[in-house]
Amino acid sequence: MIAEYGHVALIIALCLSIAQAIVPMAGSFAGYRTWMRLGHSLALGQLVFVAISFACLTTAFVQDDFSLQYVADNSNTLLPTQFKISAVWGAHEGSLLLWALILAVWSAAVALFSSHLPLVLSSRVLSVLGAISVGFGLFILLTSNPFARILPFSPTEGGDLNPLLQDFGLIVHPPMLYMGYVGFSVAFAFAVAALIGGQFDSAWARWARPWINSAWVFLTIGITLGSWWAYYELGWGGWWFWDPVENASLMPWLVGTALVHSISVTEKRGAFRSWTLLLAILAFSLSLLGTFLVRSGVLTSVHAFANDPERGVFILAFLGLVVGSSLLLFALRGPVVQRQQGDTEAVSYSGLSREMMLLLNNVLLISAMAMILIGTLYPLIADVLDLGKISVGPPYFNFFFVPMSLGLMVAMGFAVFSRWKKTDANMLLQKGMVPFLISLSAALILPLFLAESISWETYSMTAVITLGASFWVVTMSLEDLWQKLDRGSSKAASNVSSRLKSLTKLPGSYWGMQVAHIGIAVCALGVGLSSVYDVQKDVRMVPGDRVEVAGYEFTFDNLSFVQGPNFGASRAQISAYKNDRLVAVLHPEKRKYEARNQVMTEAALDAGLTRDLYVSLGEPLKGDAWAIRLHVKPFVRCIWLGGLMIGLGGLLSVMDKRYRRRRKPSTQSGTEATAL
Amino acid sequence: MHPLRKQRLQLVILLVVAAALVIGLVVYMLRENGNFFYTPAQIISGEAPQSTFLRAGGMVVDGSVLRSDDSLWVQFKITDGVEMLTVEHTGILPDLFAEGEAAIASGKVDENLVLQATQILAKHDEKYTPPEVAGAMNAAYKAKQEAQGGSYK
Repeated sequence: MIAEYGHVALIIALCLSIAQAIVPMAGSFAGYRTWMRLGHSLALGQLVFVAISFACLTTAFVQDDFSLQYVADNSNTLLPTQFKISAVWGAHEGSLLLWALILAVWSAAVALFSSHLPLVLSSRVLSVLGAISVGFGLFILLTSNPFARILPFSPTEGGDLNPLLQDFGLIVHPPMLYMGYVGFSVAFAFAVAALIGGQFDSAWARWARPWINSAWVFLTIGITLGSWWAYYELGWGGWWFWDPVENASLMPWLVGTALVHSISVTEKRGAFRSWTLLLAILAFSLSLLGTFLVRSGVLTSVHAFANDPERGVFILAFLGLVVGSSLLLFALRGPVVQRQQGDTEAVSYSGLSREMMLLLNNVLLISAMAMILIGTLYPLIADVLDLGKISVGPPYFNFFFVPMSLGLMVAMGFAVFSRWKKTDANMLLQKGMVPFLISLSAALILPLFLAESISWETYSMTAVITLGASFWVVTMSLEDLWQKLDRGSSKAASNVSSRLKSLTKLPGSYWGMQVAHIGIAVCALGVGLSSVYDVQKDVRMVPGDRVEVAGYEFTFDNLSFVQGPNFGASRAQISAYKNDRLVAVLHPEKRKYEARNQVMTEAALDAGLTRDLYVSLGEPLKGDAWAIRLHVKPFVRCIWLGGLMIGLGGLLSVMDKRYRRRRKPSTQSGTEATAL
Repeated sequence: MHPLRKQRLQLVILLVVAAALVIGLVVYMLRENGNFFYTPAQIISGEAPQSTFLRAGGMVVDGSVLRSDDSLWVQFKITDGVEMLTVEHTGILPDLFAEGEAAIASGKVDENLVLQATQILAKHDEKYTPPEVAGAMNAAYKAKQEAQGGSYK
C-alpha cells in the first residue's frame, strides 16, 4: 500500500503545483492580494506531499518491496541499508523524484524567506517555480513513474544497485549537484518575474543575489564531490574525463560563475542588467540541457544508464518550451528593463575599471562554456547529420579550457585591485610589481625541487606556468587584504595588532571573494602539478615482488579472499616504503558483486596534501601474478581542497550581513504597483 | 561620436573579433581531435585511414584473448559479424571486458591492419551495449541477410 500512498501524494503535489503556477500569477495581474499570497502556502503544501512521496519510495527500498519495478531493478536484500536509501536516487525514476523534492525545497525556502520582498515579485517567482514543478511532475508521472508495480508475478529478489554506485559518493554527490542545478531555477524565476514586471534594479539584484550564490555554492561542492568520487571509485585514478555528463554540470557552473560576478555589477553599479537576466535564464537552461543529455540516453557515457526515447522527447519539448518562452519574454521585455536604466543616472565606466574586468571575466567564462557546449553536442549533431560517429577527446577541451583559465587567473589578480568606474593603469602596475616578482621567482625556482632530479629534462614549463598563475592570484589577493586592513585601522595606530583587529570589520562578501579566488589558485595548482608530476606504472606482480615508482618502493605482500555483505573480493596487501621506511599499507580489492555478477575494481589509496599513493588491482594473470596499477600523484588533493574553498567563499558571501537586513516592503511595493 | 556609443562600439567590435577567433579555432580543433568510429569490416576493407587515431568496436570473439606470460601485452579479436579485427594493447583491461561482450578500442591501425590500441573501453554495466557497437552489429546483420537472400536468386 505504501507505494500507492506515494503515488497519490505525487499526484496531489502535481495538482498543487498547477495551482501554484496559475493562481499567484493571475492574482499579480488582477491585483488580488489573497491570490498572490496563496502561492506561499501552495509551495509549502507541495513540499509536504513530494516529501511524503519520497519517504514512501525510501520505505519501499528499505522494506525490499520488489513488486515495485524500480526497487526490483536497483536494490537487493543483501544491499547494506545506507545504500538501499541512496539507491532511491541511484537510477532514472528516483533521481527525478529527488529533483522534484529539491525543487519543492527551494520553492518552500523562497516562500518562507521572501517576506521582505514585494508581494508581486515573490508571488510571480513562486508562480514560475510552480510551472517548472508542473513540467517535472508530469515528466515523472507520465514517463518515469517510480511507483510502477510488477504484478502479479513480482520477483523475490532484486537486481541490485550498480556496484559503482554502492559508495558514500552516491549518498552525497547527486543531492548536492541537484541542489545546485535546481537552485538556478530560483535565479531563473527571479529573472522571469523581473521581465514580466519590467522592473529590474539594484534592489532586485540584492534580493536575488543570495539565492544565486547559494545555488552556485551547492553546484561547486557537487562538482567537487563528483570529481573526487570518480577519482577513487572508478578505480583508475582520473579525476576529470571531459565526459558529456561532467560537461553537463560544468556548463551551468561556468554560467553561474559569470552570473555571480555580473549580478555584483548590477547590484553595486546598476549596470549589466539585461546581461544578468540573460545569464540567469542561460544557467537554468543549461541545467535542463544537462538533464536532457543525461536522462534521454542520447550519449555514450558512463552515466547514461537510462535509454528511453519517449523520455528524451518529453525533456526536449520541455527544454524547448522553457528556453523558447523565456528568451521570447527576454526579447519582448528586455528593452523595457533597459529603458528604465536611462531614467536613473547614466551608468558609465571607462576602458579600465572593475566593470571592465568583470566583463572580461564574463566573456572568458561564457566562451569557455560555449566551446564545451560545442564539443559536447558536436558528436550528436554529426550523428544526426550522418557525418559519422565521432567522439571529441580531452585534447580539444584542454586546448581551450587551459589557456582560458590561465587568462582568468591573470585578470583575477588585477581585478581585485581595480576600482569601480575608473582605475589608474599605473596604480595597477605598481601594485602588481611585488606579487609579479614573487610569482616569477616561485615559478622559476620551485619546479627544480618538485621534480625527481635537478635537470633540464625534468624541468617542466607547465609547472612554471601553473605555479606562476597560482602564486600571482594568491599574492595579489593577500596584498589587497593587507592594504584593506591598513585602511580599516586608524593612521596613528597602524601596527600589526590593529590591522588584525580590523580583520573582523571587512564584509562577508569580501572574505568570500578572497577565499574563492585563493581556492581557484589552489585548485589550479592541484590540476597543473598533478598532471605534470603524476607517475603511473602498470606492472605484472607476483607476491614478494618489489617495484619502484617515483621514489616509493611498492611490495606485493600477499593476496587473500574476503567476503563482503553482497560481494566477494580478492584483496591484495601492498606496502609502500620511502627510503626503506614503511609509509603505508594498502589493500586494493577486486570485487565480484553476486547479484549482477559484475566485477569491480576498488582502489586503495593513501591520501596526503602533497601526494596520493594510489594502487588498483587490474586482472589476475597466469599463476599468482596480477596486473597492478601503481600511481604516485603529487598535489592531487589540492584539486578538491580548492573546490571546497571556492564553495566556502560562496558561502561566506551568502552570509554577508547586507543580505539579511530586512527591508520594509512598503516603499518597494508602491513602485511595483505603479509598474504594473 | 557620443562617448557612451563609442564605448559600446568598441565593446561590440571586441566581442565580434573574439567570437570569430574562437569559432575558427573550435572548428579547427574539432577536425583535429574528433575521433571517428569504424567497424571491423570498414577497417579490414581499407575504408578506414591508417595511422590516424580512431575508435573501433564490436564483440570480443570467444577464445581470441591471448595474454603474454611476462608482461601486460594482450591480443584479442573483435567482430561486427562480418569481419574480425585484431587488437593489440599493453596495459590493464577494464573490469567488464570479457569474451563475447562488447568492447571499444581506440588507437591507430598499423600496416598489418592490426589496431594498436592505447585504450580499451568495455560496457559500463551488464545490460549496456555501446550504441555504436549495437548499430554496427545490426547493420552487419542486415547486410548478411540481404547477401544470403541474394544468393538464393
